[in-house]
Amino acid sequence: MQEVFNIFIKSIFIDNMVFAYFLGMCSYLAVSKTVKTSVGLGVAVIFVLGITVPVDYLLNDYVLKAGALAWLDPAFASADLSFLSFIIFIAVIASMVQLVEMVVEKFSPSLYSSLGIFLPLIAVNCAILGGSLFMQERDYQSLAQATSFGVGSGVGWFLAIVGIAAIREKIRYSNVPPALRGLGITFILTGLMGIAFMSFLGIKL
Amino acid sequence: MKALRRFLDKQKPHFEDGGKFARFHSMFDSMETLFFVPDKVTTSGAHIRDAIDMKRTMITVFIALMPALLFGMWNIGYQHFTSYGQAPGNWNMFLYGLLKMLPLIIVSYVVGLGLEIMFAQIRHHDVNEGFFVTGILIPMIVPPDIPLWQLALAVAFAVVFGKEVFGGTGMNVLNPALLARAFLFFAYPVAISGDRVWIADKADAFSGATPLGDALVGNFDHIPSFYNMFMGFIPGSNGETSTLMILIGAAVLIITGIGNWRIMLSVVVGGIVMGLLFNWWGANEYMKLPAYYHLVMGGFAFGAVFMATDPVTAAQTKKGMYYYGFLIGMIAVLIRVFNPAYPEGMMLAILLMNVFAPLIDHIVVDANIKHRLKRMKLAIK
Repeated sequence: MQEVFNIFIKSIFIDNMVFAYFLGMCSYLAVSKTVKTSVGLGVAVIFVLGITVPVDYLLNDYVLKAGALAWLDPAFASADLSFLSFIIFIAVIASMVQLVEMVVEKFSPSLYSSLGIFLPLIAVNCAILGGSLFMQERDYQSLAQATSFGVGSGVGWFLAIVGIAAIREKIRYSNVPPALRGLGITFILTGLMGIAFMSFLGIKL
Repeated sequence: MKALRRFLDKQKPHFEDGGKFARFHSMFDSMETLFFVPDKVTTSGAHIRDAIDMKRTMITVFIALMPALLFGMWNIGYQHFTSYGQAPGNWNMFLYGLLKMLPLIIVSYVVGLGLEIMFAQIRHHDVNEGFFVTGILIPMIVPPDIPLWQLALAVAFAVVFGKEVFGGTGMNVLNPALLARAFLFFAYPVAISGDRVWIADKADAFSGATPLGDALVGNFDHIPSFYNMFMGFIPGSNGETSTLMILIGAAVLIITGIGNWRIMLSVVVGGIVMGLLFNWWGANEYMKLPAYYHLVMGGFAFGAVFMATDPVTAAQTKKGMYYYGFLIGMIAVLIRVFNPAYPEGMMLAILLMNVFAPLIDHIVVDANIKHRLKRMKLAIK
């Protein structure tokens, strides 16, 4: 239980998807113009990460890992399907995103239209695939750990995009040099926020 | 004063439109308003007349910083001579510290103001007074023996990327002085952290660790008494050692209404609450350290009074200020106790909350709108 909680906190603050690994930057940069839409996208990412990482964990554990198929038949104990993990992970992510899209369209058409193309693009958001691959690489021991990692990474990404959206709403009144307006200043801001997030770097949990 | 006025009046035509130095208009303007109240008034529309403008605000902060700065100079000398076992008298100690600090202050102002003036000329805005305070804050929060080129680099980074890319004073997101400190911290970790860098030219036999450095490595016997840390007879950066002098500055800021007491109060409360929580938990020696010790150790007081209250980067709503300050206090103590990589958490806690201050404001404003809509609906019913 302690370990599950530690993984959750760690994936939000210390191994933050945006500020520690700079993953999922495309939608982070493109959708962070207003707080409202970024909250929507952030929740969608939490949802997708929270589902795909445990599902991929199960797939990895029972199908893909070396010797994972032994539960089917002892003859499969030598099989190693891990070369398939990219394809399988992506397939899971894509179908989950379809699901989220249907749910959002049904329950919040206004959010659906404001997210526009970026909702289907979650499928290729590197933070999502990154979450599954980190899960595989870090070798989490139980489904609970994988779930808490998935949800925690999503929450970390959510915090990042909502934080920068609020700043971008504020600096709308700033006199940014014309050449830097829009994406340029957002990149600089992301770097500065990364410096602030380095405060958690080195905490051992 | 009259001679100065005459001199300025004589030079003024050169700097106005059509004069030979018209390009340097903003530089002249900034020098003139430093000595005299500007005589420009608005001519149309609604306007508020008040004697206080940005320049007076900044000068008040500057005055509030003076006790801590002067004491810090004396303290540098005091620490230096004590480490050699000498006692050459207060005046000599002060002089030694003054000579140590002066190069830092000069470099900080020359680099910062130089860049500021350059940007002002190119972007056609006036030279703002913002750097007046930032420029003195930076030397006060770096170790006195820092190489000057590193300081210059940090100041340049903070002014350009922390402030000017957003359009100058009043539009930045992060506190430039803290950004300079964080830049140094991450770019030159060996030069600025470590537990023995804080005293200029110390004798080898003398342990020069700051109280926070001692606490981090577990030397709890070495931590000075509460009285010493409160008065400031401890090693540390120039401005941060004496809580007493900082309190004098805080009084100036609060009485003149320039510093926000809400933020100061909530930072202190946040720090104490977190300290008490750790006392209650008590898993290791550091957690058992009395909560009020955190308030006088390291840069906590300095950050709470002069950094967190920066009106530009702090939360702007009244409710937001309480949350903002409280979180700063909590995170600062949390980083100190939990993070073995950094002895001091104040700077990073403030930077982190600077990042989230707009979000806090957004939430507070949103909640208020919802609250009022609900009330309106009830009234209509």
